[in-house]
Parts: sequence; C-alpha cells; structure tokens
Amino acid sequence: MHPFDYIQPGSVAEAVGLMRDTADARFLAGGMTLIPVMKQRLAAPSLLIDLARLAELRAISAKGGTLTIGALARHAAVAESPVVQARIPALASLAAGIGDAQVRNRGTIGGSLANNDPVADYPAAMLALGARIRTDRRCIDADAFFTGMFATALEPDEMIIQVEVPVPEAAAYQKFEQPASHYAVAGVMVAKAADGVRVAVTGAGSGVFRMPAMEAALADDFTPAAITGIAVPADGLNADLHASAEYRAHLVTVLAGRAVAAAMGRS
Amino acid sequence: MIAIALTVNGKPVAAEVEPRRLLVDFLRDELGLTGTHIGCDTSQCGACVVHMDGVSVKSCSLLAVQADGSQVTTIEGLASDGDLHPMQAAFREHHGLQCGFCTPGMVMSAIDLAARVPEPSPADVREWLSGNFCRCTGYHNIVQAVMAGARAMSTDG
Amino acid sequence: MQRFGLGQPVRRSEDPRLLTGRGRYAADVRLPGEARAVVLRSPHAHARIRAIDTTRALAMPGVLAVLTGADVAADGLGEVPCSIRVNGRDGQRMPRPGRPLLAAERVRYVGDGVALVVAETLATAVDAAERIDVDYDPLPAVATIEAAVADGAPPVWDAVPDNRAFFWQRGDGDAVAAALAGADRIVSLALANNRVVPCAMEPRAAVGAFDAATGRYTLYTSSQSPHGVKKGLSAHTLNVPEEMVHVIVGDVGGGFGTKIFHYPEEALVLWAARRIGRPVKWVGDRSEAFLADTHGRDQRNRLTAGFTADGRLLALKVESFANMGAYLNCFGPAIPTEMTGCMLSGVYALPALHAVCEGVYTNTTPVDAYRGAGRPEASYMLERLMDAAARELGLTPDAIRRLNFITPDRMPYRTVTGPVYDSGDFGRRLDAALAKADWAGAAGRKREAAARGSLRGIGLSSYVEICGFQGEDATIRFADGGIEVLVGTQSTGQGHETAYAQIVAETLGVPFDAVTVVQGDTDRIRTGLGTSGSRSLPVGGPAVKRAAEAVIARGRGFAAHLLQADAGEVRFAEGRFETAGGRGIDLMALAEAATDPANLPPGETVAVLDATARFDLEASTFPNGCHVCEVEVDPETGRVTVVRYTVVDDFGTVVNPLLLAGQVHGGIAQGIGQALMEFTAYDPDSAQLLTASFVDYALPRAADLPAFDIAFDGIPCTTNPLGIKGAGEAGTIGACPAVINAVIDALAPLGVTHIDMPATPEAVWRTIRAAKTAA
Repeated sequence: MHPFDYIQPGSVAEAVGLMRDTADARFLAGGMTLIPVMKQRLAAPSLLIDLARLAELRAISAKGGTLTIGALARHAAVAESPVVQARIPALASLAAGIGDAQVRNRGTIGGSLANNDPVADYPAAMLALGARIRTDRRCIDADAFFTGMFATALEPDEMIIQVEVPVPEAAAYQKFEQPASHYAVAGVMVAKAADGVRVAVTGAGSGVFRMPAMEAALADDFTPAAITGIAVPADGLNADLHASAEYRAHLVTVLAGRAVAAAMGRS
Repeated sequence: MIAIALTVNGKPVAAEVEPRRLLVDFLRDELGLTGTHIGCDTSQCGACVVHMDGVSVKSCSLLAVQADGSQVTTIEGLASDGDLHPMQAAFREHHGLQCGFCTPGMVMSAIDLAARVPEPSPADVREWLSGNFCRCTGYHNIVQAVMAGARAMSTDG
Repeated sequence: MQRFGLGQPVRRSEDPRLLTGRGRYAADVRLPGEARAVVLRSPHAHARIRAIDTTRALAMPGVLAVLTGADVAADGLGEVPCSIRVNGRDGQRMPRPGRPLLAAERVRYVGDGVALVVAETLATAVDAAERIDVDYDPLPAVATIEAAVADGAPPVWDAVPDNRAFFWQRGDGDAVAAALAGADRIVSLALANNRVVPCAMEPRAAVGAFDAATGRYTLYTSSQSPHGVKKGLSAHTLNVPEEMVHVIVGDVGGGFGTKIFHYPEEALVLWAARRIGRPVKWVGDRSEAFLADTHGRDQRNRLTAGFTADGRLLALKVESFANMGAYLNCFGPAIPTEMTGCMLSGVYALPALHAVCEGVYTNTTPVDAYRGAGRPEASYMLERLMDAAARELGLTPDAIRRLNFITPDRMPYRTVTGPVYDSGDFGRRLDAALAKADWAGAAGRKREAAARGSLRGIGLSSYVEICGFQGEDATIRFADGGIEVLVGTQSTGQGHETAYAQIVAETLGVPFDAVTVVQGDTDRIRTGLGTSGSRSLPVGGPAVKRAAEAVIARGRGFAAHLLQADAGEVRFAEGRFETAGGRGIDLMALAEAATDPANLPPGETVAVLDATARFDLEASTFPNGCHVCEVEVDPETGRVTVVRYTVVDDFGTVVNPLLLAGQVHGGIAQGIGQALMEFTAYDPDSAQLLTASFVDYALPRAADLPAFDIAFDGIPCTTNPLGIKGAGEAGTIGACPAVINAVIDALAPLGVTHIDMPATPEAVWRTIRAAKTAA
C-alpha cells in the first residue's frame, strides 16, 4: 500500500469534519473492501478515518413496523440478531450469505451501501424493502440512493448513520454465486408489503435495479407462475468470463421465481 | 508512525507502526509469530485467520493500528502448558492437515464456528469454511476434525 | 510395536509443529541482515525489450541492487534448461529454449521476469520496481493452441516459425489403420483437457545467502526436489561446483508438481546475495504464483477407436496437441508424450495403438507436471471413450469395460504402450466400487430426483497409473538416544516423516517416537531425487527398509561382540538381539553401548550401527482402481452438485491408511475442481491471464465437495520389496472422467452426449439449451 495518515475520531461530527477538510480522505468501516483495494494499489487515500470508536452506530433495534440498523452493524451481527431474524428473516439470511465468516465479522452494512458494488447483496435488499438511508444530514430513500456503478447519492463528506427498513409481509433473497469470488452473478430480492411488491436485482447489471413488470404481476398474484414469462432484456447486463448477459438474464427470472416461492414459504 | 498497545496470546505488546502495516505482517515480522500464513492477495484464502476480540478475522485485511487495544490470539496462543487445544487435537486425530499451510487459519476459523454452533453439522462446517481454502485434503477430514473438535470443546465447557 | 507398524493409522509426527504454528516454511526463514527482493515482471505477453532504465529505481534510498538480464549475462549465469530432448516431424533435433533468469531481449509471456530489485524493506523494493522504466516494443501474441497453430500465427520463437515445438509419436500406425479399417464400429471423440493452475496454498519463496569466506551458497526454498535444485544451480544457472551449494527445504505448503523444478528466483536470490554481501529473501505473492509457477494439463486430443459390434476394443489412434507455454519447462515435453502415451492402454487389453503428439508454443506460462502428469490425461481419454462407445454400441458403461479389461490371469501383462503391469484385478475393483456406490439403485435415485425437477446422473472410471522411478539411498544413524532416518525424497504434506518412521520402527522393533526422519538438506543427505510421480513410498520405502535391515546386520555383529558369542548364533526379533542361550541386548541399549569406546569391536567407531542402503526400482508400480461419481444438475441454472463419490483402490501394501485416504481425498478434490470449476482464461488478443487470482480462478471450497467413500483392496506389488504401489496422484487420475461421465449421464435424457471440462453452470445450461433446440 502507499503510505497514508490514520485517525480514529470520537464522534460522527468529528468524522464528517475530517472528511470535509481533508483531500483524498476515506472512511474506514469494516475495511473488507477498502483494505484489499488499497493493497492492490487501486486506491491511495491520504487519510483513513477509522470509524471504530463510533459504537453508537452498531445498534440494531425495532419499533413499530420499522427495523433500524446502525451503519456500523457487522454482517454477522445482522445475521445473528434475534430482532432481525424475527422481523425480516430474509435480511438476516442475506447477511449470513455475504462473503465468508471472517468478512462477516468485520464488514458493515454502511460500508457496503456507501460502496454500492454492483455485485453486492445489501443494495438489493434496501431497494426491495424500500428502506431509508439516514445520514448525518438527511434521509435518502433507497430508490434515490443508488445512482450508478459504485456511485450513490451521498455527498463527498456525507456519512451514513443508520438504515430504517420497513418490515414487509414476506420477503426472500436468492443469489447465484460466481464460484470463485462468491459474489452475485445475479441476486434477486422480492418483498411483499401492504402497498405492493418490490423486486430488486443485483449482480446482473451496472447497479441494483427494480423489475416493474414483475412487481406488477406479483402484486396481482404472488406466485412464481406469475413471473415465469417475464424476462429482463440481456442488453445492458454484465458479461464477463463467468457469465454472459444472456445467462444472467435467464438467472434473474429463475431466481425471482425461487425468491417468491421462498417468501411464500415464510408468510 | 503510530503507537499501538495490544495483547497478543495473553502478553502485552507495545509497538510503533506505520498506518499501512498489515496486522499479518506485524504478527509475522515484528512479533516473529510466523504460524499465521499468507496464501493469497485477494483476502479469500483464510491462511491468515486469527482471533481479534473473540472472533475470527483475516489478519491480511486488517491494519495493525486497527488492533490497538485489542486481544489478538494466533495459532501459537492456543495450546496451553504443552497441551493441544481440543480443536488442534481433533485435527491431528482425524488427519485434518497435510502440508499444514492452511491449517492455522483453518483451526482458528473452526474454533469460532464451534463457539457459535456447539454441534455443527457437516453442512454447517462446509458452509462456514468458505473463507478457508485447502488444496491438499479435499476437506473430508477437515469436516470430521471440526465436528469432533466442536464436540470436545463443548464437553470441556 | 504393532500399533505403529505397517498398516496402522498412526497419527502424524509432523502435526504437533504444524498445528501449533511452528512449521518452518521458506518465507518463515529470517537471516540476520536479510534484504528483500521483488521481481519485476513483463506486463506484455510478447515484446522486444528495447531498453531498461534503472536510474530512478537505483536512486531511491534503501535500494541495494537493481539487476537485469544484461547483468545476468555479464556475470556468466545460465538458463534453467529443459531436460527433455525434443524432435521434429522428420526426426530432426528441435530447439530447447530454457527459462532465462531474467529476460534480456524479449519477453514471451505475461509474468516473464525482467528485473530483480533488492532493497532494505519489501515496501521499498515494490516502490522501486515501479520506478524501473522498461521500453517495450509489443509484438503480436498467441494465447491458445488453436491460435498458435493457425496459418500465419506469429511465432513465439523465431527458430520455430510454426510454433510446433516438437513432434512425437508412439505405436504402430499401420497396424492401427488396418484394425480401424476392419472394425465393425469406429468411435471418434474430440476432447479438451483444460489448463489448470495447481495453486498450492504456499506461494513459492526463496532465501539466499553467500559466504564470501568459503564461497558457499546456502538456499532455503519451497521445493519438492532439494537435490534437483542443487544440481540446477551448480550445473546450469550459477555454474559453480556442487559442493559450493547447500539447499535446505523445511516445510513445504503443497507442491503438486509445480515445485519439482529449479526456478529462476532460486538462482537470483543467491546471485544477489553474493553481489550485495547480504542474504536476500524473495517471497512470491499469489498473483505472481498464478503467472510464474508452471501450469498443468492443456491438451487437445482427437481419438479414433475401432470396436467390434459386441464392444471389444481393437485399436486406438490418438492425435494430440499439447500447450507448452512460452518456454520448454524442465519436464514439460515429457508429460503429453511419454507420460501420457505410456498409459494409453489403461486397464484394457488394447491390441494396437498409434499416438501422435505435437507440442505447441504459446505466449503463456510454461506448462509442466501437475499431479498425475500425463496419466490423468490418458485416463480421461480412455474413460470418456469407453462411455461414448458404450452409448454408441448399446452397452452399459460397466459391461463394455468388463469386456475389455486385462484379466488377472494375464498378469504380468505387457501393454502395447510399453509398461508391464505386475498385478491388478480391475474387474474386482469395478464390482466393489459399483456395489459400494449402489450403482444398481441409481435409476431409482434418478427418478426421485426428476420428480424434484433435478437431473441426476452417475458415472464411473476405471484407471491404472504408473508410479515410481529410479532409486534412493537411505541412511539410518543413531544419535542422541534416538534414531535418525535420512532419505532424499521430499514431503510437501504427504506425511513421509510418519510413514518412513513406521517402516523403521516396525523393522527395528523400536518405539515409533524414537525415530526421526530427516529430509530436505543437501549437506546432510548426499543424494536424492525428491518427490514426484508418487515415488516416495514405492522407492523410498524399500530404501528405508533395506537400511534398517543393514542396521540389523551390523547390530548382530556388535551384539555378538558384546555378548561374546558367535555372530551366527545371534538372532534378532522385536528389537532385541539374543543368543540361543537367552542372553541378549535391546537395539536401543546396543546404541547406548556404542557411545562408550571401550565397548566397541576393534576398528569400529561410535557409528558401528549406522547403515546406508540403496534401493533402485526395477520396475514401475501400477496403482489402479475404480471411481464412481453421482451428480445432480439443476436444469434451470446448470449448476452441477456432486452428491456422492465412491472409490475402491488397489495400492498394494498400505503403510498408513489414514495418510493414504488423505492423498486420495485431495486428488479427487483436484479432479472435481478441474472437471467442474477450474478454467484458466487468456485474453485471445493480448494473451493476458484473465484468471490470475482466486477472484476469478475457482478453487474448490468445502461446500463445493461431498464426503468421499474410499476403500482399499490391494494386491501387493510383485516387483516391489514392500509390495507398495504408491498413491499420491491416483485421486486426480480417476476423478475427471468419472465426474464428466456422470454429468453426461444426467443430461443424457435430453440427448446430450458430450460436454467439455470444466462443466461450469453456464456451459451446462447452454448444453441443455442446445440439446433442447436440436430435439
């Protein structure tokens, strides 16, 4: 790695201030993306602002119909939380499938969302569940949060504090993993709420996206059969060594159907 | 340089490190604890797994400065008074290692699983070990060893 | 004693240190004052080097040396040669370009070393390497066999304009042609044996030191062959007398063939150490390992076989291309030729064979031995052929094999391919494996799976392979109250320290814990051929046994002296020398007595009991067996899951069944990996290695594999004093065809008759779609 400065601020305000006032600074949450990227010399921040001391951002709680997860909650904590397991088991299950055990012991939901990797899992969950991302200065709806490949609506010095997730009636996530990286070749989260159905796809495109045609069909008839004929066009989907765009498009429909079946099993 | 103070295998350690110093390099080079290994450069293989504050982590993906104030346990810190830890003993009993290079990380990872799931099934073990690569054993004996080690750990209480 | 003797599942002596972090791998070696080295590698697959400017790198504080190919030449260092002579189509001698220590005028694959940077710290060396300015003139590159043999393809070597590195053939072309002409049925098959990256978990590392006072070089390295490295350094790369080179190998984190060879970095660190007057350490990282360590397999095979209508194999023609990579590596040309060709009869009484192989240069990492080294390629061809023929002739996979097996009454059997099999009952192994795998119940399991929407299939392979070569010395000496066994093989995880100790403990009747095995030090062990070709137990085993027997012979004389009896009267049993009258002395007490000069016979020293013996293999050994693989295919995603895996093996005498099963498990895992997951992709234009990390190269994890059901049922090898056949590679040799035959069986209801390795999810999905479209 290239050399850099390092600091552990004691408050959100201090952290944000450091980010605002330092050129080429990066927040360090779990580090499960940032550190490997820095090791490969693909990123060379001048300052790492380690959020480790902000323990208040690790809390997980539920009140009324909303599950609130602190930005620094680790994937393992979300997966093992009785609160998450009771309210949104699909989210606990998704968290349990991120990376590997050691990645889950360190990686955070805030870090994942701020990074918005097109093959990450959490973006699909937040979009399908219609979550709100609360930062140090405002609240952003998931529909407005994910703006492009590795791009979000966050301002350069803005920090995620927590996510507020409405508890759905039923939800499920199905992912098809690339066998080497274990990232999503395609991953589909389906969530049924009182006001309709949302279907969010990750891994297949340049960022997470919704499937309005599937959502409409499932709102009428929440069964796998309702969507077997609905495909996402292969045009514009990712293509690489591991999966063509055509194969990904096919997987999206398969995984969506399986997610619906799994969600039905839960409701 | 930043001053750090941590506990490694029960002993206090104080050092000055560059922020970019990886925990695995600090353990291996500054502390001479070469039992933790480096097997890849993409944070996947698990040869570098140690325990930090009670959970298994990849030491190749942590900065030494992040370990300030922490309790770190490496493979060298498991055996006590010359007796193997039950998980180490299980690996020996079940021939869960051949070349031994993945073994320290494998054992540290397995102990973390056993702490969470006292009686893991073969499927539990295989899923848990997705971040621990082995090229020698085909994992068959590793799974046996982890299940036996977990049983022994829960018996020990 | 019996608890630790042959056939016992003794727990390993290696384990206490390896389990507690006290293993000593090459990267763990720390020499006082050591500097760190980094190799700058070519980012181009093919380019002329116009100039290398090291000024900026040398100017950095903490940089101790920056060395290039020009410095290599100026200091008179040599290349790492290819050991195999190669000929062309007309029998003419073909060029044998070895691996340069650092490329001087031209780089020929991405990863070709161009400069060595030595600095106080690794970080400084890495930073300095980035400041070396290499002026490359890129040239067109070829990444695959197909591209390299196409008309007008750019040559990797000017001296070989058509990229055909060699032409090899074996067998009787006329006899085969005649047999094919007379055959009832011709079965043709075009197969690809995919290139794989061996990926031992320990990347290579080398630490070199030079003692100016004595002129001696000391190398710590991660290797399967300490003496081979020593020879390579002295005879080729460093050009110094052998006694000036000391190679030390500690623990090695897996080899699988890639670490058999002397590599440039080993010479580079020693040379740099001499130049800067300090030890130099190089530790490869995983990306480097993907580029700079030899790859395996990468053949294309076209089979034409003649059968009678009732399924008897009459003749086999095999035409192959084999990718050598950019340089001819140490044994590279031997793998697809002699090593594949000699086993192309397999377990079958093949009457006639004609095999032709052309080696092909490409701008890729050199290819050489990888677990099995030619024998997996041969068994893949034969076992895919048998299933294809069975389908075409309307026979079951097991029936066609039984019809063609070499039967036990024909042993020893001289194959048309050359080897003489000493023993083997292939039908019995097949029967046992099918029973163990519940082959008969497969149809029912298929129906049950189909009801769940899953396609289930079962496949088998019958294999025989060839192990062992040449010989080994073994020395047993008594020291410090214990017994040392010194032998020139090299463990890279197999557990030789335990297995050899079992042989010695049983033969000498001494406690297992009293025996320590010493390997990996060329000063302490005079000669050795290292470990490859599964040779350690078939060759090292008898050597160690003979040394133990020599100890007993010497002990008899010494005991007779102490007991004041005739040597002829003294018997040895269960660790004790005794006269007929019942007076006696234990071997360990005898060793103790030897430390007092007053006890020694005239002319003897304290080493009175020490003995060295040699064993030279008279014939290779032939492990064999049967693999049965059962898979389920998710037709919607194409994902293949191995749900059951059964093996029955004949390894002859079993020294340690625990270690033996471990070897088979590991081999199966590598075979499943190659069959379903591992592909090595090069960009067709730039010849960049696209699968250069674990992010893209899919190494099997625990959840990708099932448990394995293994049984041993051996016939002692008749040509080996201990009856041992060897087992290190057998798992890889049986696995690939069993897996692919199972996948094809699962897809057969859709009309599928062929799929290539690796049968990745998308490949399977496309195969299913094509079959449905064709239907």
